[in-house]
Order: sequence, then structure tokens, then C-alpha cells
Amino acid sequence: MSYIPHTENDRREMLADIGVKRIEDLYQVIPEETRFPNLNLPEGMSEIEVIDELQMLAEANMETKHFPCFLGAGAYNHFIPSVVGHILQRSEFYTAYTPYQPEISQGTLQTIFEYQSLICQLTGMEASNASHYDGATALAEAVILATRQHRGRRKKIVLSAAIHPQYREVVRTYFQGLDLEIIGDKSLEDTEALLAMVDENTAMVGVQYPDFLGRIKNFAKLGEVAHAAGALFCMVVNPLALAILKPPSEFGADIVVAEGQPLGIPLSYGGPYLGVFATKKKYVRMMSGRLVGETLDSRGQRGYVLALTPREQHIRRERASSNICTNQGLMVLAAAVYLSVLGKQGLQEVARLNYQKAHYAAKAIDGLEGYKLWSTMPFFNEFAVACPRPVTEINKKLIDYGILGGFDLGQDYPDLKDHMLIAVTELNTKEKIDDLVSVLGEVAHD
Amino acid sequence: MTEPLIFELSSPGRKGVELPECDVPETPLPKDLIRDDLLLPELSEVDVVRHFTRLSQLNYGIDISAYPLGSCTMKYNPKVNEDAARLPGFAYTHPLQGPEEAQGNLLLMFELQEWLKEIGGFAGVSLQPAAGAHGELAGIMMIHAYHHDRKDDRRIKILIPDSAHGTNPASTAMGGFQSVEIPSDDRGNIDLEALRRECDGTVAGLMLTNPNTLGLFDEHVREIIELVHGCGGLMYGDGANMNALLGVVRPGDLGFDILHYNLHKTFSTPHGGGGPGSGPVGVSERLKDFLPGPIVEAVDEGDENRPPKFDLIFPRKSIGRVKAFHGHFGVMVKAYTYLRMIGKDGLRAVADHAVLNANYLRVRIRDAYRVPYDRICMHEFVAEGAWEDAPGIRALDVAKRLMDYGYHPPTNYFPLIVHEALMIEPTETESKESLDAFADAMIKIAGEAHTDPDVLHGAPHITAFGRMDEVRAAKQLVLRYVPKEKNQI
Repeated sequence: MSYIPHTENDRREMLADIGVKRIEDLYQVIPEETRFPNLNLPEGMSEIEVIDELQMLAEANMETKHFPCFLGAGAYNHFIPSVVGHILQRSEFYTAYTPYQPEISQGTLQTIFEYQSLICQLTGMEASNASHYDGATALAEAVILATRQHRGRRKKIVLSAAIHPQYREVVRTYFQGLDLEIIGDKSLEDTEALLAMVDENTAMVGVQYPDFLGRIKNFAKLGEVAHAAGALFCMVVNPLALAILKPPSEFGADIVVAEGQPLGIPLSYGGPYLGVFATKKKYVRMMSGRLVGETLDSRGQRGYVLALTPREQHIRRERASSNICTNQGLMVLAAAVYLSVLGKQGLQEVARLNYQKAHYAAKAIDGLEGYKLWSTMPFFNEFAVACPRPVTEINKKLIDYGILGGFDLGQDYPDLKDHMLIAVTELNTKEKIDDLVSVLGEVAHD
Repeated sequence: MTEPLIFELSSPGRKGVELPECDVPETPLPKDLIRDDLLLPELSEVDVVRHFTRLSQLNYGIDISAYPLGSCTMKYNPKVNEDAARLPGFAYTHPLQGPEEAQGNLLLMFELQEWLKEIGGFAGVSLQPAAGAHGELAGIMMIHAYHHDRKDDRRIKILIPDSAHGTNPASTAMGGFQSVEIPSDDRGNIDLEALRRECDGTVAGLMLTNPNTLGLFDEHVREIIELVHGCGGLMYGDGANMNALLGVVRPGDLGFDILHYNLHKTFSTPHGGGGPGSGPVGVSERLKDFLPGPIVEAVDEGDENRPPKFDLIFPRKSIGRVKAFHGHFGVMVKAYTYLRMIGKDGLRAVADHAVLNANYLRVRIRDAYRVPYDRICMHEFVAEGAWEDAPGIRALDVAKRLMDYGYHPPTNYFPLIVHEALMIEPTETESKESLDAFADAMIKIAGEAHTDPDVLHGAPHITAFGRMDEVRAAKQLVLRYVPKEKNQI
């Protein structure tokens, strides 16, 4: 099955019109000795067989539909209303290309405009682009914006160690060999320590809110210090937490980036997700990625088009603000539908459920012998716990009980050896939380 | 007929989702950190469904008709791919769960890596990059890392033909290299003389899209690669146009060192109105250790009694992560499904029919439109949307008029080296009848351009929207809905 509709007769007629005898004749230009390699690939299969095979592969995984999940660390097991999937499967949306022809792409364009508006509401910012690949690449793009804003003259980026370790890795990948110093994340220090690092050579200060370890901090002071030094202040946020927490605009954020996965996007083993990127209006022309703006059509109707495209690589080529082209279009739709169907009340309720359940779990685990909450600071839906044994051993035991345990913080933070990062969402019932607590208690004594 | 914004449909007090009661004792929220100004819309479920369904009807997708958008490979997206990616065992797996608990995913990724290696003739593949441009960036970083590892830091130039996609020079700049444009010759190939002049010890590599954006396979590909390798540079292949080469020739066999694949073009995963894509990179032996990680390896080959075991590892000198987690897994599942369905023979048939369709369409319309490089093409070709005897008509007018005939227009004004370009890629999934109907529409429009130019200038006429005022959009720069009054949306 190759989804090719041609009959033998079609081929014959088409070749005759082209003026060649065989399809092979169309490839004369290809160096003969490399033409038509004999590929070592499997034969094709029927749909029945393929689905059987895929089903088997899928079943070889442990999945969060059947097993309670307390793993977060940047990807969360949330409820996705049925509506989201149904809209995403409208093929007018998913089989469309990038909306280069606005007259027949208003569905995609208006959706992006609504998404931009929703993200601005959530973050308190003035402009949002139409997405980056994920939270990590959005942070890397924030660094690009900040260095451009300073015309490359400032050579220092201060990043808190409590930003997702993989995001910091990605920033380092993007800037390897490019004469930019990334500091601040050698060890888990207080905000005070970051304050001391900000100087006249700092292009950007970046923090996470709630941070990778779950803590909610007030960053107002840090934002002020960054601005006083002329640096941009960037906050990596959890968009769901913003339903109840003060928006980053209140801390003076210049750029807000986020992993948009909590907004109606399935875990899907890490992708595709959604890189949220929002900023102040004064930085819009520096921001990379697509943007949709409002306008009128020739008939006087309100409509939407890709705006400020001269920033993009099609036109500016090597002077473009970024190379990004294909982004996360369908994930933008997912987030827009999710935020619309949950709405103001629903999103706040989901956020509150996360908060309440996580606090219930944290209290119970803190009360267990051998376990202790690592921080006394406020948190949202995730918290770090000191454990009586290596986290891998505990997680193995949890798997035996059909529970997906938390993230082993020792992998990324040597100081947090034997510490587990536990995420609790609206999908974890009290009963399942109690199960987790009881197994954790049991493991402590083994 | 315009559709109101979701905010304009909001009514205070409505909700679209019912959530369970909180089943745990409550903890007070930290008062000083709580917001009270969340202004999201309030709608019922049916309002939301109707709104987005109506919006969808303002879109054009492949499921409606042909989508001959050059260099975008808008082929039909098999429905089974969608079902596969949504199997709970895939869609509900966490990226950080242990490899033991994700062997199904890892096996799928491993097989896909192996197949892409085989299809491209490469020694290693990383599935991590999120899109084509992201794969390019990873490639540029590998070029940098490779030369740096050899302490050869004088290499600062990346050579790029003038027919290249804009992402090539943009990726080059992001990687800290200078891009040097190489002109094309009058047959649409790279100008070998110009290339020879640039080939020196400062060349880090050359980025070649082959077939290029004219749909032409470079007639001197061997010489180009020899020249670049000869001066110590690496060959980067932009795989956007890989559809033409499946089972026909392997870029690795030609001497390419790096190539990114676009799973969302060649391997039928949908474009989603602008993503998600997936841009795996394949590399030759000498670049294997530099691949972005993680990649999947069989850490235990297994035997009759034991299944093989897979894990995520970082290559020895990896450039590092280019994104969080392991790449666009959901897109990989769709590409895997597609490759499994079509198999080895189907793969070759894809290229054969993509090339057949493009050439057929080229000869069908070449009397009505000038085809500046009129030779046997690969998967696409470029025509001119302008005529000397029809002054005032531009490619844009032809494109817009095509909408009235029920088609998505070809790519226009690209490549930049063709005047009033219309870049047409039919893909293999269009039938002869479909191509004939499209060709008839094109020919009719060429006629109208001469007899009734105003009908083109005013097009499209029958779509829900007319031409948009892009100048106004740029001038007023309205990028979000702003509530009319504070606390009210």
C-alpha cells in the first residue's frame, strides 16, 4: 500500500505525454553507479497487520491511563477534555500547511490570533508568538532575543539552577562556541546569590516559576535588579499554575517562556509539545517565530494574516531573527481549545485541584518515617522529598505496585542525592495518593 | 462570513467542563502569591465546538483537494497514522519513565533510526530535532563541532546556492558561520566555476538541497562534492526534497555527510497548519559521534530467549540536546506506521510517481506558462506566473485565481532566482484525473490573464475572504484581543 492512485493505463499515457518510455528514464541525471540501491528494508504490510504490530509495541510500555503517575519534571499527566482531540482531528486543521494564503487559511490564522490573546491573558504580557518547539527551545530563543537586544555586546547570561536541567542544556547546545558565558547554575543557590551575579555585562537573567523543584518564589526584587543593570528578565513558567498564581508581568518579566504541554497536550513520550513565548510589545520586532495580526480583507471583513514576516528567514535569510519555520501549529490549536473549553472557572479549578492534592500528598509523605520535604516554601503541584533510600530502588518497588514514581533529582543535582521530585495532578485521586504513601512507607523499612 | 473571536462569544458564568469535587482536605492558598485577574473566556462545550468547527471550515486541507505547494510535499496523510499515534500505550507514556517501562517506544524509535539510515545511506541518525530547520541547526552545530574537534577553527564559511530555502542561511548564521551565496548556472545547477573560487581552507561546509528548489537534480553533484571535500569542507544535504529520491539514490552514497529528513513532508505526517514537524538528522561515519542526543541504542542484542533491550544514550562527542526529551515521538509513530505500510517497494513507488506526476504536469502546462528550466525534473518544477503580453498580471494573481477553481495555490515568489515564480509539487498521491483538472484550471487562468485580467486582479471571488490588507496589519499591529473594559472580556 503506497497510497498511489495510478493505474497501469494512467502511467502509460502520462509517460507518453512526457515523451519517455519508462519511469526509469526520468532518472538519467542521477549518477548511474548510485542509482536504484537495493535497500534492506521490510516489505509493506496491510493495515490490519500494522495496527496489530503497533498495538503490541504500545502495550510493551507502561502508560498513565492504567498506572497512576507521580512523575512530572517538565511533562505532566493532565486531564484533556474530549473536545480537544475531536477538534484536532478536523482534517481541515491538521492537513493544512502553514497559513501562507490567508484567504483560505482563516481557520488556522484566527486560531493563532486567539491563542496569542489567551497566552497574553495568562502571562500578563503584551505579545505572544505562534510558538516554538518546546519550553527548552523557547528559552534558547529568549537568550537569542536578549543578546540581539544588546547587539551582542553583553556576553553574560545568568540562569538559575532551578530552571529545568534539560532547558539549560539546550541553551548551552545552542550557544556552544559562540562567545557567551552562561553562569548562575553551578549549584542550587538562593535568589540572593543570583542578584550578586547581575552586572553591566549581563544580557539576561532567567528563572523558573514555579521552579524545577516546585517552589514558588517572589521574583520582584530580582526583576528590579536585572532591569537596573539593563538586562532582560526572563521567566520560565508553568502555564497551568498561572491560573491561580500572580502572572510574571507582576515581577517585571520582559520575556515569558513555557512548556505548553499542560494545556491539553498528551504526554506522548516527550513530544510534540508547545513552546510558549510571550514578551512586551517593544520587543516584538526582535522576537522570532510567526505572529498573526488583525486586518481587513478587500471586502471590508475583519481577517487575520501573518504579520511582520520580514523578520523571518524567507525574506531576511542570514539576517533573520531565527531559522524557525515549521513550528507547533496543531499544538497551538490544542492549547487554544483547551483554554477555551476550560475557561476562566475550569482552569482555576484544575489548578486548585493540583495544588490541593499535591499538598495532601506532601503532608502525608512528610509524615512518613525516613521522608522529609526538602523545602518549606510554597509550591504548586510538585515538591521534592528526601528519601531514606536511593530513588531508583524506591521507583522499582513502586513499579511492582503499578505506580509510576517521581523523578530522581540526584541525576541532575548532586546535592539532592536520594531526593525525589513528586508531581500530583487532578488525575491522581485520594485513593491513589494514599496508595503511593503507603508503598513509600513500606519501602522505607525493606 | 466572519467568525467572532472566542472572547466575543464569552458570557460570564458559563463553563465547558465539569470537574470532580476536591477529595482531599484543603490547604489554604498562599494569599500574597494569588492572582484575581484571570480573564479567560467563558463558554459552554457546544459553543466551543461550534466555534472551532466553523473556523475549520475556513481552512483548506489536503483532504479537500490537491495542494501543489512546491517544496512542501503536501501528500495525502493516511488516517491510520493518526490512530497509531493516539494508541494509549504511546500517547500516555511519560518521557522520563525508565527505559524498562518504555521498551515499545524505544524499539519503534530504534527501527525508525535504522530505516532512515538505510534510506539515506548513513551511519547514524538522531531523531531529536523538532523540524527541518531544527535539523539544519543541529547539522550546522555538528559541522562546527567536527572541525573544532580537529582543531581546525579557521573554517568560518558555509556555502549556500542562491536557490536554497531561507532556512539554510538563517541556520548558518545561528551557528556562528558566515554564509556565502553561490550562483546557479543557466541549467539550474550550482555554477561550478563560482564554487571553485570559494573552495579554500576557510570552508566549513556546503548546504545543498538536491533536487533543488527548481525541482532539478544537480547535474554536477559528484564534482560539487569532490570540490567541497577536497578543500576539507563537509556536505550538508537539505532533505526537504527527499521524496524524489526514495529508493532511487541515497545521499550518503553520493558523499553527503549530513542530511535532515522532514518526516512531515516525505513520510506523510501531517503539517498541522504549521507543525509539529520532525527533522531527524542522518550522518556519515565521521560525524556519528557528534549527533545530538539522546539516540536509541540496542544495549543488549538479546537472543532466542531474551528480547533485545534498548536504551537512550548520548554519542561520545555529542553536540548535546537540541530540545527537551527525545524529539517529536508522536510524529515518529506516524512516520513509522507509514513506512511499515508501504515497505521497501512502496518507497520506490512513492518517488517514481512523485517524479512522474511533476513531469506530467510540467508538459501539460508548459505551453501556457513559461517553464524557465524546461528539462526533466524530479518531484517539482517552477513556472512563471507572468507574460509579456499580459502586462500587470503577476504570479500572485494566478495564485489567488486558483482559489476560485477550488485549489490551494503553488508556492509563489520562490525560489528567488525565478521571476514571478510558481513552484509546483503535485506529490505522488494525486491521480491523473486530479492532475488533469488542475492543469485545466491553470491553462484557463493563463487564458483569462490575457482576455480578462481584472478577474485575476480581483481574485479570489468565491472564497469566504478576499485579499487581505497586509500593509494595514503591519501598520496597526494588532496582535491580540484587548478587553474593551478592565475586568471584562
